[in-house]
Amino acid sequence: MIRLEEVSKRYPGGQDALSGIDLHIPAGRLCFLTGHSGAGKSTLLKLITAIERPSRGQVFIDGQNISRIPYRQIPFLRRKIGVIFQNHRLLFDRTVFDNVALPMIIAGIDYRETGRRVRAALDKVGLLDKEKAYPITLSGGEQQRVGIARAVVNRPPLVLADEPTGNLDPELSREIMALFEQFNQVGVTILIASHDIALIEQLDYPIIRLSHGRLADTPGWNS
Amino acid sequence: MIRRKGHSKRPAKPQPTVKPARRRGAQRAGFSLQNWLKHYFRLHAQVFVSSLGRLMKSPAASLMTAAVIGIALALPSGMLTLLDNLQRLSAGWDGGASISLFLNADISDENAVKIAQQLQSREELASVKVLSRAQALEDFRAHSGFGAALDNLDENPLPAVLVIQPTPQHSEALAVQQLVQRLSDMPSTDLAQLDLQWVKRFNALMEIGRRGIWVVGSLLGLAVLLIVGNTIRLDIQSRREEIEITKLIGGTDAFIRRPFLHTGIWYGLLGTVIATLLVHIAFFLLSGPVSQLAGLYQSSFLLQSLGFVNMLSLIAIGCLLGWAGSWLAVGRHLRAIEPT
Repeated sequence: MIRLEEVSKRYPGGQDALSGIDLHIPAGRLCFLTGHSGAGKSTLLKLITAIERPSRGQVFIDGQNISRIPYRQIPFLRRKIGVIFQNHRLLFDRTVFDNVALPMIIAGIDYRETGRRVRAALDKVGLLDKEKAYPITLSGGEQQRVGIARAVVNRPPLVLADEPTGNLDPELSREIMALFEQFNQVGVTILIASHDIALIEQLDYPIIRLSHGRLADTPGWNS
Repeated sequence: MIRRKGHSKRPAKPQPTVKPARRRGAQRAGFSLQNWLKHYFRLHAQVFVSSLGRLMKSPAASLMTAAVIGIALALPSGMLTLLDNLQRLSAGWDGGASISLFLNADISDENAVKIAQQLQSREELASVKVLSRAQALEDFRAHSGFGAALDNLDENPLPAVLVIQPTPQHSEALAVQQLVQRLSDMPSTDLAQLDLQWVKRFNALMEIGRRGIWVVGSLLGLAVLLIVGNTIRLDIQSRREEIEITKLIGGTDAFIRRPFLHTGIWYGLLGTVIATLLVHIAFFLLSGPVSQLAGLYQSSFLLQSLGFVNMLSLIAIGCLLGWAGSWLAVGRHLRAIEPT
């Protein structure tokens, strides 16, 4: 699902954020991506979502080489990737329902199907009774779950999560992780960036470790 | 209330999000031109309505922008309509080019009538009216305000005048010129004057007026373009976060652009509605005095406000300007907003 070949990223005027990354995450896996801050976790996620382009090397998503992806094709790549942000990035002038429906509207799905799928996604994250609420009235954990519902409503084959438990207490964090495990069980590939070592080591999933822009530890299948 | 309604429509137990591959395949197979059109129009209709809703969230600000656009559009369209009215007024004059034939001062009124009768028999002349010396004096006394001065004169200084109306076949510019030439060559003629001259001058003045209005109108159109552009630019900046998020979850530029373009069209549309109202009000206020003035000239001339076709073109121009203005803003600023 995700394959990086000899990928380096250097920001203008800075040092290498990533250098010489070779990584493969097969479809259907759930992996953690960890490392100290500044190790390159965010940069790696940005390369996968074509927010940034690699300075060297190739990035393949679902078999498609996106290192030199034309600007016009980027939206269609991103529709295959559900992204969950640490700060949720919800639209505060719209209801929970409208927030979750946004990817469906972008994809041009008709109303009835949209309503059905949005409610299914909200049901999945346990927020069905909040569909008419505005995000500002929700707790941090609830907002994060709205973000998760929005990321999975379009049933993308790949879900990325950037510090999804960053602001949550341990119990809420475990609930969120349980959600990811459920999605993974129906075949979604999931990559979770987190520095919460204690939490991710409780769970029995492969861990990709980055250190100073290099791979420090990769799951067995990469060798 | 609404929520409960939504709930009742929902299946009792929503299906979990499974079998993504199969659904996707089915959707792709169902793709056709008809579906695409349906999707396209639904999307546009939805955005069209929702962008109006967005404008209505800040009614005062939206109304002010629309009012500025309305005034800018009302000025040239009102002036053009006024000009149309003037043209309609002068249209009756063009065909009725008449020739004033001033006879020599020593020709008596009886002789003038004889000359008129001779002329009447000519086939190129439709009518010949005699304005006798006595009548001319009477008219002059009544209208010129020099009545007292006339009283001091021993005899009537005014010549008899024949007001000649050529037949329509001889009303063309060249034929009329030749006719005037023949008439002035007659021994009893002092001066043959074609009264078309001032109609021509009037029309030339109107042409200048029309050009002037188009110049002013174009400038005001440009102003509308910039007003809409600037309003949309501010709108884009205040929705920066939303644009970034939409881009992150796969919104194309066209998708993000659409609501702004529709907002621009709404501004144009509301502006033209206001402009139309303003023109109608102005003409309503003018119509009383104008028909009074027309009455003084024994004319039944009525001031006509913006016609239906012109109203439609005004609306089209307004929408186009709104759309183009927002396109300017969107084209410049949307690409600059990228998620980081």
